[in-house]
Amino acid sequence: MDWQLLISQLLNGLQLGMLLFLLAAGLTLIFGIMDFINLSHGSFYMIGAFVCATLVERTGSLIASVVIAVVIVFGVGLLVERFVARKLYAHDHLDQVLVTFGLILIFDTLAHLIWGAAGMTIPLPAWLNGQIDIAGVIIPGYRVLIISAGLAVVVGLFFLVTRSRLGMLIRAGASNRTMVTALGVNIDRLYLVVFALGAALAGFAGMLIAPITEASIGMGNEIIIVAFVVVIVGGIGSIKGAFVSAILIGFIDTLGRSYLDDLLSLFLATRYAETAAPALSAMTIYILMASVLAFRPQGLFPPASSMR
Amino acid sequence: MVYCYNKPFSINVWGWCPGIFGNIRKRVRIRSICHNPESVAVMKFPKAILWAASLTMFQATALADTVKIGFITTLTTPAAVIGEDMQNAVNLAVSHLGGKMAGKDIEVIFEDDGFKPEIGKQKADKLVKKDDVDFVTGFIWSHVLLASSKTVLDSGKFLISSNAGPSQLAGKNCHANFFSTSWQNDQTPMAMGEVLNQDGLKSIYVMAPNYAAGKDMVAGVESVFKGEVVGKDLTKWGKDRQLDFSAELAKAKASGAQALFVFYPGSAGGAFITQYQQAGLKDVLPLYTVFTVDSLSLPKLQSTNTEGVLGSKSTMFWGPDLDNPVNRKFVEDFRAVHGNYPSFYAAQSYDTIMLINSAVTATGGDLEDRDALRAALKKADYDSVRGRYSYGNNHMPIQNFYLREVVADDDGNWTTRIVRTVFENHQDPYAAECPN
Repeated sequence: MDWQLLISQLLNGLQLGMLLFLLAAGLTLIFGIMDFINLSHGSFYMIGAFVCATLVERTGSLIASVVIAVVIVFGVGLLVERFVARKLYAHDHLDQVLVTFGLILIFDTLAHLIWGAAGMTIPLPAWLNGQIDIAGVIIPGYRVLIISAGLAVVVGLFFLVTRSRLGMLIRAGASNRTMVTALGVNIDRLYLVVFALGAALAGFAGMLIAPITEASIGMGNEIIIVAFVVVIVGGIGSIKGAFVSAILIGFIDTLGRSYLDDLLSLFLATRYAETAAPALSAMTIYILMASVLAFRPQGLFPPASSMR
Repeated sequence: MVYCYNKPFSINVWGWCPGIFGNIRKRVRIRSICHNPESVAVMKFPKAILWAASLTMFQATALADTVKIGFITTLTTPAAVIGEDMQNAVNLAVSHLGGKMAGKDIEVIFEDDGFKPEIGKQKADKLVKKDDVDFVTGFIWSHVLLASSKTVLDSGKFLISSNAGPSQLAGKNCHANFFSTSWQNDQTPMAMGEVLNQDGLKSIYVMAPNYAAGKDMVAGVESVFKGEVVGKDLTKWGKDRQLDFSAELAKAKASGAQALFVFYPGSAGGAFITQYQQAGLKDVLPLYTVFTVDSLSLPKLQSTNTEGVLGSKSTMFWGPDLDNPVNRKFVEDFRAVHGNYPSFYAAQSYDTIMLINSAVTATGGDLEDRDALRAALKKADYDSVRGRYSYGNNHMPIQNFYLREVVADDDGNWTTRIVRTVFENHQDPYAAECPN
């Protein structure tokens, strides 16, 4: 067993988990509180990446660009909630899926028109472009930054949700929507803030990944399915569930990609193991979701006294 | 109402008023209405357009007066960057020919496969049945070409690949009407295998996407490389392809291999190189690539100053610096219009049009005599941007392969430079399986 490799793979898994959490946090709240299926959540991820890349190109400062881009994506979230999503809360899920799928197409085409098909890169400043040596395990410095930024957001969200008035309303909304409305809370404003907050988190995730994979059209559609898996495994509406299942899925996916072929070659010919491993590792997280749905359909950590 | 449903007729709206119908798509749409007089959409069309369309009826020309070429490529998704490069090269070729082949107008109909085999097949159906084109060309992706090939070949039309070269179509499923202006997938990595041998490497790590061409590339390099392949990763590909290679790069580094061989076409290539640099592998695992480092990814890598790519080696049948008059003109004119160097995708697409031109010219513009056209295509009697080449029994090019390395040109732009010839007049290994 190569311990250094295992540790660096665990860190890679943690990094993927952080990104998934940033996406899933908004998705699970929107799903849990508004009962709204937002397929276009991944578009905020893409918009965040493109807006940030544009700002970096103009200003040259990564940190300033990220801050401004988060605010812009928050604004886009506000607009989408006010003019599209709000009209759909009363409709059934199929309508929501259709409309938000349409939104994906619109956002993808807009991105194609504005930024072109080539996609955009975000150059990293020199202090992030190096490698960090942690007890013999050498990993890219930027990946450490992603993990730390993700953790910082987790801590921030934790305090927001458990210690603030807004957080109290969010938790109340996730466990019993009707009661919150009945108590006279301005539900429209709560929805607006939660939706835009979710969008901003997704946008932030897009900005974090763009220096690695480039900002590209439809990048959000690739990851949003996995984010939905995270939400379902974690329990719809649960931030804690989203966090645990995001990390879990990050590990399973990364370790599956790293060790499955070795594992399979223990009892299969190498030739077959090589073919089966990529197919199987693409399936692992869905197998996990299917098992969770079979044995614990409400998810691992459903919100307390959920009405569903 | 406009009726032009009779097969031998086609409307030349574009030629009639180019100011209004500035592009081919519009032209196609109008013609399709023409084909379906009952269509509701006709009612919604501005009267002026209908008027223009009906006027052009008087200009209606026999179908045989145009050479119709369908070109299927990817024009949406991030892979559109490849499709647009190919489209630019086709348009350049058409303008170099003055818009005519053997006195006939050239009509190119571009279709978008959306990076999906099933869409590609639908578009091939449309080109064959509705547009009734003479040649179906293009195809970036092997899996899209494989899905579309039967439709085209069963109809008796010519199928010319401008990029994809799956082993199936080179081997036992080869077809008299299938031609390629690129290469068989295995050939370029075979040349790379030879380079690895020449560089005296004993062990390599291999990474490629998990689809038809990815497997061919891996098979190609493994068949020639004499050392050991210590590890191999086939990563998820398609619309939800994997672009974060952290786990694979960590494995590659831990494997103790002397070099890294990868195949990541399109924008995935840029993402891969960026991560290769971020992981600090340049001095640990020298990079050998096929179809990954090209004129589409290099400007972006230069803009982020990803110096890890400088000096990396790749093999190819062509390079923008290949010294022959046709290539000089192609590269110069392409750069004059678009700024960047043309990619190999562009070079092959340019050659596709020139190959068709050579055949149409040889038959004196007779598009009905398929046997004469086929014989003329098989001669490859034209000056390709790669220089002269010939066709084998499976209609895959028999051509040279070169080793290229990434350098900065005189103006400081990053590009590739040909170092040496690896294979001369190389034929793919599947030709023997082709019964033709």
